[in-house]
Amino acid sequence: MLEIEIDGKAAQVPDGSSIMDAAELLGAYIPHFCYHKKLSIAANCRMCLVQVEKAPKPLPACATPVTNGMKVFTHSDLAVKAQKGVMEFLLINHPLDCPICDQGGECQLQDLSVGYGGSVSRYREEKRVVIHKDVSPLISMKEMARCIHCTRCVRFGQEIAGIMELGMINRNVHSEITSFVGKTVDSELSGNMIDLCPVGALTSKPFRYSARSWELQRRRSVSPHDSLGSNLVVQTKHDRVMRVLPFENEEINECWLSDKDRFSYEGLNSPARLLKPMVRVDGTLREVDWNTALDYVSHGLKDITGKDGGDALGILASPHATLEELYLLHKLARSLGCGNIDFRLRRRDFSADGKTAGIPWLGMKLAEVSDLDAALIVGGFPRKEQPLLAQRLRQAAKRAARFSFLTAGGDDQLIATHARLNVSPADLPKALAGIVKAAASLKKAAIPAGLETQEYCANSERIAQSLIDGEKTALFLGNMAEQHPQAALLHALAQELANITGARLGFFGEAANSVGAWLARAIPSGHNAYAMLEAPRKAYLLFNAEPEFDCHNPRLATAALKQAALTVAITSFKGGAAMEYADALLPLAAFTETSGTFVNTEGRAQSFNGVATPPGEARPGWKILRVLGNLLGISGFSQNSSEEVRHEIFTSGPFVSGLDNRIKDIALNLAAPSPVQGQLQRIADVPIHFADPLVRRAPALQLTRDASAPAARIHPETLEKLGIANASKVRVRETDGNGEALFVARADATVPAGCARIAAAHPASAGLGDMFAAIRVEGVR
Amino acid sequence: MAILGAINPMLTAGLNNDDAGWHLADYEKRGGYLMLREILQEKRPQEQVINEIKKSVLRGRGGAGFPTGLKWSFMPRSFPGDKYVVCNSDEGEPGTFKDRDILRYNPHSVIEGMTIAAYAMGANRGYNYIHGEIWEIYQRFEEALDEARRAGLIGQNILGSDFCFELFAHHGYGAYVCGEETGLLESIEGKKGQPRFKPPFPASFGLYGKPTTINNTETFAAVPFILKVGADAYLEAGKPNNGGTKLFSVSGHVNRPGNYEVPLGTPFSTLLEMCGGVRGGRKLKAVIPGGSSAPVLPGEIMMDTTMDYDSIAKAGSMLGSGAVIVMDETTCMVRSLERLSWFYHEESCGQCTPCREGTAWLYKIIHRIEHGAGRAEDLDLLESITGNIMGRTVCALGDAAAMPVQSFVKHFRDEFAYHIEHKKCLVPLEVQRAGSGFFTASE
Amino acid sequence: MLTPESLQKIDREVAKYPTGQQQSAIMASLAIAQAEKGWLAPETIEFVARRLGMDPVAALEVATFYNMYDLRPVGKYKITVCTNLPCMLTGGVDAGEYLKQKLGIDYDETTRDGKITLKQGECMGACGDSPVMIVNNRRMCSHMNPEQIDKLLAELQ
Repeated sequence: MLEIEIDGKAAQVPDGSSIMDAAELLGAYIPHFCYHKKLSIAANCRMCLVQVEKAPKPLPACATPVTNGMKVFTHSDLAVKAQKGVMEFLLINHPLDCPICDQGGECQLQDLSVGYGGSVSRYREEKRVVIHKDVSPLISMKEMARCIHCTRCVRFGQEIAGIMELGMINRNVHSEITSFVGKTVDSELSGNMIDLCPVGALTSKPFRYSARSWELQRRRSVSPHDSLGSNLVVQTKHDRVMRVLPFENEEINECWLSDKDRFSYEGLNSPARLLKPMVRVDGTLREVDWNTALDYVSHGLKDITGKDGGDALGILASPHATLEELYLLHKLARSLGCGNIDFRLRRRDFSADGKTAGIPWLGMKLAEVSDLDAALIVGGFPRKEQPLLAQRLRQAAKRAARFSFLTAGGDDQLIATHARLNVSPADLPKALAGIVKAAASLKKAAIPAGLETQEYCANSERIAQSLIDGEKTALFLGNMAEQHPQAALLHALAQELANITGARLGFFGEAANSVGAWLARAIPSGHNAYAMLEAPRKAYLLFNAEPEFDCHNPRLATAALKQAALTVAITSFKGGAAMEYADALLPLAAFTETSGTFVNTEGRAQSFNGVATPPGEARPGWKILRVLGNLLGISGFSQNSSEEVRHEIFTSGPFVSGLDNRIKDIALNLAAPSPVQGQLQRIADVPIHFADPLVRRAPALQLTRDASAPAARIHPETLEKLGIANASKVRVRETDGNGEALFVARADATVPAGCARIAAAHPASAGLGDMFAAIRVEGVR
Repeated sequence: MAILGAINPMLTAGLNNDDAGWHLADYEKRGGYLMLREILQEKRPQEQVINEIKKSVLRGRGGAGFPTGLKWSFMPRSFPGDKYVVCNSDEGEPGTFKDRDILRYNPHSVIEGMTIAAYAMGANRGYNYIHGEIWEIYQRFEEALDEARRAGLIGQNILGSDFCFELFAHHGYGAYVCGEETGLLESIEGKKGQPRFKPPFPASFGLYGKPTTINNTETFAAVPFILKVGADAYLEAGKPNNGGTKLFSVSGHVNRPGNYEVPLGTPFSTLLEMCGGVRGGRKLKAVIPGGSSAPVLPGEIMMDTTMDYDSIAKAGSMLGSGAVIVMDETTCMVRSLERLSWFYHEESCGQCTPCREGTAWLYKIIHRIEHGAGRAEDLDLLESITGNIMGRTVCALGDAAAMPVQSFVKHFRDEFAYHIEHKKCLVPLEVQRAGSGFFTASE
Repeated sequence: MLTPESLQKIDREVAKYPTGQQQSAIMASLAIAQAEKGWLAPETIEFVARRLGMDPVAALEVATFYNMYDLRPVGKYKITVCTNLPCMLTGGVDAGEYLKQKLGIDYDETTRDGKITLKQGECMGACGDSPVMIVNNRRMCSHMNPEQIDKLLAELQ
């Protein structure tokens, strides 16, 4: 520890602290622009110059290490003169256009210029002109003359996003921030650069000119998208959500947000919002009042379950729904004698049901991910599926943690990688078994039954070794491992590997409330999410789900819903396929319009309140279900608030109990059908901006590169074998079943040979079936 | 260009401005690589080499004048990982052109000096960063490296010993700021040459984050000679605290501009005489004694000064890199400063606020004054702006841009005031034009 | 994109640096690419960046920072004249003016026949030889009085 005195206040700070760190500890404010606690030190703005005893010159607080006994003066004449000098330099070329600047009112430069700027400018020369840029549908770079060259955005790209998309080109006073000639900024974390920009150079394109910061009301909320449950500040004006910013929570999202979390709010204000209940009368959906609609739905459900039993009903719920909603759905199902309720809509293999010890979860706290020494990630595309979890892995990898990937589809996760195995989905279990076998051999442990003849490669051994060597190690199953047709086998193999190496086993988790849905018991005692579509039901109840995009097999789902006598969709949106298959649409309040709870992948229950009134006649889900329960004459539906519902599930937090990833009694049967000549295996990822109904309707996000229409991405050699030219049109047919769809073929060396990567959850692929089905790809014309 | 004169030369002894005499064989004939051989044969302790350099009071020839032996002693010699020795041949300080001649006529002296330095500091890899504009010299150095490599003087197991040192040349591409040692390191790393803030210093966090020592070309070139003549003799060649001889690059209004190797402490008047005096017998007006970043001094002050670090400092300037820019009475001081200020503004890396914004502002004001749009308050404003730049920037370029402005205005304030008041120069344009000699002289 | 000879030269530069530090070769690689192509088009910069495993914008930073790279097409010959103070004192600026007048162009312009581009340079480290200029970044010409300039222009025509 080092002794330091700042402006007469003494403190002890750890070795290696900077003056800025010490000042923060002491609560002394030192003005700054380029310094940011999460970014490397640039020391380029020079605003944080302070006086240090015995130093002849003022020193930058951010870059000056504390020495024992150091005395610092942040407001001495020397310091203030230096700070004012810097402020003058910052302002001479800055357009003093605060009244028309979008940053006005929340601008660090504006704030500090009040304290350190002059009232008159001594600068009487021409000001710098900087040409505007158009690099993103999310970030506006229209007024780059405002830039003060702090390079926070550049460092963010290099250090946090893992990809340098903005740079500072040229030199001297002509330095300017830009992307590479003609290139866009595509990082899934790009919006954070807006927050980081201390001036009005980078502003939010969707938000620009729509409100002043002081007109906005700020409320806390929780993101309904990925499994982290990032903490939000939702800002509203006249009851309309205008903007979403991160609420800093070091244990979850730190000070960041993914672009999905940040910009999906636009979907809340979508013209596709369902504002009134609708009911199909004489084959046509008509707007009706709530009483009519509820009457219709309750009678319909009562009739069918009364006549054909609860088993005639299937309930498909979204894992993006709240804990309270899912719990009431569970209660509703049970009271109707219906065991067919599930939230695991993209799952294919349910053979683990009944064989797991508890609720699948991350297996550790999110913050612990940052401290890992080594991990193996099996399946999935974490950068696009859990962007901020991937960000934690990226930072850990920088300080020498060894992360390996076993995937089908080798997207660059922008994480320094120890070893990578990129195989077809069908080969995933074998490849994992190889690592298990390698680990057993290295540890001289017993070979698990079924793996006696399993072979493994040098890379498998490297991976196994890294898990054995590390002290804090983990084994993560990504989304693909959960959606995989042999998910249980992958789970069981991972369990074996964890047993042998001592690594902790965890699931990244698909959605904001995947853990909560387990807790709410929105899981089947009868047919699971796939089976209830495979064996069509008479009636379906859909909660915040669009099966044509959200289910493992959209073709199967659409067919089942269409044949049903009654399909009730409790949803925030109208339009699309639902207008054909639904018989009743009940307008659902979105996450900002209701209170509720999400339990994230580390098992943290986060409750939130509504921040805006639901539009039109939309109502919070828990209220809709409560009234429906009443109308069906079921007991246990008398709650007066979402808190009351939650208290039925658990009372104390913040972490829920029952989390356990262990699995048993799964035979390690690795026999796989040999690939058929001419067939390819589909790899279906869920594109980041298509993963749930809300984000699918966020216009700016839909303009990003991540939202571009899916292609059939095929390894160039496979493409050549098929005799198909890159960028040509192809027809994709399923080998079992009659699904087909048209795509453009793209040569992509990251796709394993013999596979075609075709995204799911998109209208273009909604005509296809299983996510990992065997397919044929043929040229068109 | 050439080495046009010397008094008791060391570095340039035996050189005769001959483009053929730079080869390994020639250097060895002049006694080259003897010291390296001796050190490796004797397995001389590293400390002994460093102490010898310390004792010679060799001060860095790049401009800062930091004692070389002391700098070497900062390197963690026993640190087991990679360590680097880097030579700064990014000679772009206006007025300086000595390193180019060293590399042109005696490249092996730099290679030997760097190899000895690497031995002394336990470094295993080195780079010589060569100024972008001198491609031909870069190529020559590459050839010299090939010669040395073939002869086993650099590379693995040098001269059969277990000492290994890989040495390469890195070619700059036009950025003055890379002459700043950490800007240079960034540049070798393949980035913009933006200087790093210090601490940490290169000795602990240098090239690729590894311990690194950077010295100027002339500094390295002096090393074999110091070891050959001995530290005491070297020190004595100069004057106390200013050891040895120094190459002075004399440019501007002298009859024979070029490089001159003279002992530190030689009177300026002697040096001027060696250059054939002021061109056309005109009156000496001003001298920048240490490269464009050093404060300008009026001619009469210079005539009373000797050429060494301490005396020039006492006179109010800096010896810097030993670049002596001589200006006679045909020189317009406003126009001269305008050009220098353009240079610093142009070469500012753009990283830190006071330099990026301040250098451009300074230039704009001086440009206005030169072009008849000066304002009465401009001189005070210049003074104030330079005060806000100096000591507030990441690297020394800010100070380098400010000092000429301060000194020009201080010593020639009347001339600036005349410009502002009369919208024209004290020195008639045709006199200025004649002063350059472009249309009259052809030597 | 680049000839095998250029790629070979780039590989030679990469070999100068420790494993994993191939970015160090960006300056030399861009110079090699420029020597082949005449100037650095965005696609050339991107190609070189990818080859060295860099984000393209990082290479663009480098290409725009060092002033000997040409990010716009230049003439067959680029003459860069040093006009910095020591050179100015002994004819550097005059030499530039003389060239402008002879070629009928200003700095940063190219003659109509596409032959010669004129640039103003900063200190080339050859002040004693003033006036100095470099042709195509490679060849330094010293003591360039009017006669010498005439000779050079005749040679380049």
